[in-house]
Amino acid sequence: MFQSPSLHANLILFGGLSAVLLLASIIGGLLKWKVAKGAPHSVIDNLNARVNAWWVMVAVVGLAFVFHKPGVIILFSLISFYALREFITLTYTRRGDHWALIAAFYICLPTQYALIWIDWYGLYSIFIPVYAFLFLPILEAFGGDVTRFLERASKVQWGLMICIFSISHVPALLTLNIPHFEDKNLLLIAFLVIVVQGSDVLQYVWGKLLGRHKVAPKLSPSKTWEGLIGGIASATALGALLHWATPFTPWQAALIALTICLMGFFGGLVMSAIKRDRGVKDWGAMIEGHGGMLDRLDSVVFAAPIYFHILRYYWT
Amino acid sequence: MTHAVKNSSFIRKLAGYLTGKLVVVFSHLLTGLRSQWREHAMTPEPTLYFGNHTSHGDFVLIWAGLTPYLRSLTRPVAAQDYWQGSRFRNFIGTDTFHALMIRRNAAGKHSSEDEDPVQQMADALEHGQSLIMFPEGTRNTTDAVLLAFKSGLYHLAVQCPNARLVPVWIDNIRRVLPKGKVLPIPLACTVHYGAPMQLNQGEDKAAFLARARQAMLDLRPEHDRRDDTLGNDPDKA
Repeated sequence: MFQSPSLHANLILFGGLSAVLLLASIIGGLLKWKVAKGAPHSVIDNLNARVNAWWVMVAVVGLAFVFHKPGVIILFSLISFYALREFITLTYTRRGDHWALIAAFYICLPTQYALIWIDWYGLYSIFIPVYAFLFLPILEAFGGDVTRFLERASKVQWGLMICIFSISHVPALLTLNIPHFEDKNLLLIAFLVIVVQGSDVLQYVWGKLLGRHKVAPKLSPSKTWEGLIGGIASATALGALLHWATPFTPWQAALIALTICLMGFFGGLVMSAIKRDRGVKDWGAMIEGHGGMLDRLDSVVFAAPIYFHILRYYWT
Repeated sequence: MTHAVKNSSFIRKLAGYLTGKLVVVFSHLLTGLRSQWREHAMTPEPTLYFGNHTSHGDFVLIWAGLTPYLRSLTRPVAAQDYWQGSRFRNFIGTDTFHALMIRRNAAGKHSSEDEDPVQQMADALEHGQSLIMFPEGTRNTTDAVLLAFKSGLYHLAVQCPNARLVPVWIDNIRRVLPKGKVLPIPLACTVHYGAPMQLNQGEDKAAFLARARQAMLDLRPEHDRRDDTLGNDPDKA
């Protein structure tokens, strides 16, 4: 970020985020003081825990941005690691899966990020969908245990696609060569993360303020039509407002923002369905107030590859 | 054991303490360790934690999952012949974990001239210490979720009617390091500490052990229980 062409825009974005968080912290403090009167209050305490966690998350992403490509690749490989751990922890596996899981954590994960580091698009775009897809079941077959074999092999592959392949498309944005936008690709990541996570936050805010009608009561009891429409509309507007930091015109920015917000929403639904099926509320507990890494990232997971390919197809 | 403690110098004690801290940090990093407490389980009264035993990491996780104060009161029950088998193991067992060393002969039973293990454990509880033990008596390396219990837990419950017996379930550790594997998979482990139980009036050995075993099985998260129908039924043990 230092002396990079994107420094100025990044400072504005992170300054803006800090201002929004400061406002959120003040509102949270006021609610705790005036409404909860200092007593425990589940909704307000959860809100404050979420805001505090956002401060930490913004600081961590900011720190990664300072170190540019190495920082971003290391950050997202760690995110992939924690996400995959949460996913496999909730997945039924047997002793016969041991070598496949060892390969997933210790070979597939570092290899995918190393391929992005050296910008080998031809391999990192097929490494998990082709090579891991074929070789991990081979390792599992060597385990010699046929009990629910297809299901076990599929779930490991699904975990790799979600937690490594999809998430790795965020740092992969740094490898795109967009004319007249050289060395400013950090801003592409900032746009994706701010719009998609902003959409989650705005859906939460609109839902808490106006939410009445549930979208998918079986999948996610907290998602409402009011939250969904208000959140996605305002996040789309936010995307349009951020067009100055991107290679997009305002209309393009709005359309892309709408696409990734919708993908993010659907991602949240799919990941919720898996949680409900496993009988858990959250993927983990590592982010106070939010749940696990996958609870925070479910929307980005589904938005990132689509966003990457829209950019790659139309802008490079 | 008293002999070993007398010879512990200050440096040795400090090294033991720091090693303990390192073990706590490392086990949290590798397994993302979480502790789940059921109601009223967390007090410094003398407590016997009894858990499932599938890997060498079990007592470490039960110990590391406690709060620092409870940890300082809690000693794992361990086999003396193993832990005093080398200088390093002796250091870990005695100075880091302050294990309560139980003597056993080659057959796994205590010989008559040795101290009775149940008496050793009862004495420790009497002195306000807490203990970690594994009622299956041995590591479970089978496909069964939980083996049948040895009678030690019952005898201890008879001898120490006031001790709190806390069932513990360690989730996932058997998947982190299955039998015969060397490389661990960094899965998340959760230690569930259940509500304390005691021997009921007139309860016989079989009924008490069955109740204790069920209390442990009930601590498993739902997603784990649902897999019982899939070839690892706990009652096949």
